[in-house]
Amino acid sequence: MNKTQENWEIVPANNLFDLKLGEVWAYRDLLVLLVRRDFVSFYKQTILGPLWFFIQPLFTTIIFTFIFGNLAGISTDKLPKPLFYMAGITAWNYFADCLTKTSSVFKDNAPIFGKVYFPRLIMPLSIVVSNLVRFGVQLVLFFIFMAYYATNGAHFEPSWAILLFPLVVVLMALLGLGLGMIISAMTTKYRDLSFLISFGVQLLMYATTVIYPLSAAVEKYPKYAWLIKINPMTTLIETFRYGFLGKGTFSWDALSYTTISTFVILLLGIVVFNKVEKNFVDTV
Amino acid sequence: MSNIAIKVENLSKAYQLGQIGTGTVSRDLERWFARIRGKEDPFLKIGETNEQHTRSTSDIVWSLSAINFEIEQGDAVGIIGRNGAGKSTLLKILSKITAPTTGKISGHGRIASLLEVGTGFHPELSGRENIFLNGAILGMRKKEIKRKLDEIVDFAGIARYLDTPVKRYSSGMYVRLAFAVAAHLESEILIVDEVLAVGDAEFQKKCLGKMGEVSKGEGRTVLFVSHNMDAVLNLCNNGIVLEQGKLGFVGDATSAVRHYQSSGSNTVDTWLDTRKLSRPHFSSLKCTVSGNQPAMTLTIDFKTNSETAYPNAFVVFGIKGSLGNTIMEAIPKLDPFIKFNGQEMSYKCEIKLNGFIPGPYAIYAWLGVSEAENYDWIDDVLHFEIFDAPMADRTFPYSPRTGYLIADCTLIT
Repeated sequence: MNKTQENWEIVPANNLFDLKLGEVWAYRDLLVLLVRRDFVSFYKQTILGPLWFFIQPLFTTIIFTFIFGNLAGISTDKLPKPLFYMAGITAWNYFADCLTKTSSVFKDNAPIFGKVYFPRLIMPLSIVVSNLVRFGVQLVLFFIFMAYYATNGAHFEPSWAILLFPLVVVLMALLGLGLGMIISAMTTKYRDLSFLISFGVQLLMYATTVIYPLSAAVEKYPKYAWLIKINPMTTLIETFRYGFLGKGTFSWDALSYTTISTFVILLLGIVVFNKVEKNFVDTV
Repeated sequence: MSNIAIKVENLSKAYQLGQIGTGTVSRDLERWFARIRGKEDPFLKIGETNEQHTRSTSDIVWSLSAINFEIEQGDAVGIIGRNGAGKSTLLKILSKITAPTTGKISGHGRIASLLEVGTGFHPELSGRENIFLNGAILGMRKKEIKRKLDEIVDFAGIARYLDTPVKRYSSGMYVRLAFAVAAHLESEILIVDEVLAVGDAEFQKKCLGKMGEVSKGEGRTVLFVSHNMDAVLNLCNNGIVLEQGKLGFVGDATSAVRHYQSSGSNTVDTWLDTRKLSRPHFSSLKCTVSGNQPAMTLTIDFKTNSETAYPNAFVVFGIKGSLGNTIMEAIPKLDPFIKFNGQEMSYKCEIKLNGFIPGPYAIYAWLGVSEAENYDWIDDVLHFEIFDAPMADRTFPYSPRTGYLIADCTLIT
């Protein structure tokens, strides 16, 4: 502990843009421990343990392959169907988990927030990092699939855009975090939004190129494709697929647009989160 | 830097009563509109006190209003007050859990607040993992916790269960572990709510000892909220008494406790009739508790009314204990009778409360002619609470299980 006698002040309102990053840094051990808690408590007292991380994307992929791939016959950009879906699902799940968990952060942690002070931002951050661990594990499954199809002679090859992968992950995390913070701040007063989020995320998945390639959407509905294009997640998933599987629509314009909109949403999220954080205990 | 650890200036906190979430969109808009015009918030009226027994037209309540005080470094300050006096609100603001509505607090030194023990404990994690997690939530660094791990485990006395999930702990072990983590927090200012009301007597003593060590031995500032006057007198050198959100008294601990005990013997509860009865009935009831233990007086002011003339009647007031059973009934002498001639009549009934133990009590009121013919009977119509103990030096705890009244007795050798 530092023995310096830091001066402090408690006042009614926060500076909206003051992120208190210094304070967050001082609590970095808590962040690590929370991530560890999430990971360990997830598979405590289960037989399959961490294998559960695999089961959800695996079964979703199988079902999507049958329903959307075979039954509905939606194009997969000439990629092996399971590989195409798994790429979309893995990336989408990361974003969706960040979003849904962050959006209920105040409600879920009200007992802790009501008794102890620590920088509130730690909680959403720990969610994003916890999910990153999960995403990493699921990515391994995706790589196993890639290796399997590569040895069986399927036609795909990673492109240079694979180098953009870290950026894509960061943008997904920030987008989920930003949107989640906006919703979490509003649900402290109006619970309606928490109902919206559960099916809203599902609907949003269909407005994102998870089960179909952007090229197919543009081809079939040239008039309405902009609706899918303005969704920042579309670009991220397309870039992800283009990087790893070599198929997909990639453009620097779309990526810049996504980057800018992500930061705008994040900034907005920070402002509303900061505004709510000080008094939410009274209303939640 | 001066040796002021905490300085509270003009601190107020307003809460909204009733259901939050209905109709607030329009209200939020109205507030926002008032703010951009630079006007005052139309829903916050300064000056309302937090009088819990009476209804008010405003649904904003000031849990704290215009509080000013200073705490010097190394002081152990007891914060005392009735339920709803604003103690918890003050602690919450000091712990940064909620922000004040107006005013500000400044100070220096790291604050550790213990409003609850075991915050953030995860049932699936082991004792060791929870020590780290809970410590980190309270603001400790990992290496700090590592250094103190043995000390914490030793204090809690759970060495054997260290790697067992805490969900398998007995509730006593759970609480001991939780307090042990918090007690080893290094901070310049320690804020403690009544978390000591847990664990067995031996452990409570250990906790009080640890806190005394902290304030006296290590020279840290301690803020201690409690209803236990003995603990306050033991631990604290200064005291702050809060009364309905306002500062009632600031000074040394002994005077503060005395102020609290003398001011507090008045509780008032009122009831107004809304039933619109034509037969004889109570139209209003009010009770006041006055005097000092062990001889207190319960005064009931009541009014009766009826539309037309009725035969004379008499009243009965019953006092019920916290378990819902009747402790005693007050039946004033029949003559003078309660008369009904179509006008509202006022009466007063005084009841001696000798040796009542601290706790909540309820009153029922009955009005009638004979046991078979009752005009009016209202159960649980008024409530009052006794705060002070009837015997000053008794260490044995008071509990309704051993009776609501203490026996006046002496041992003769």
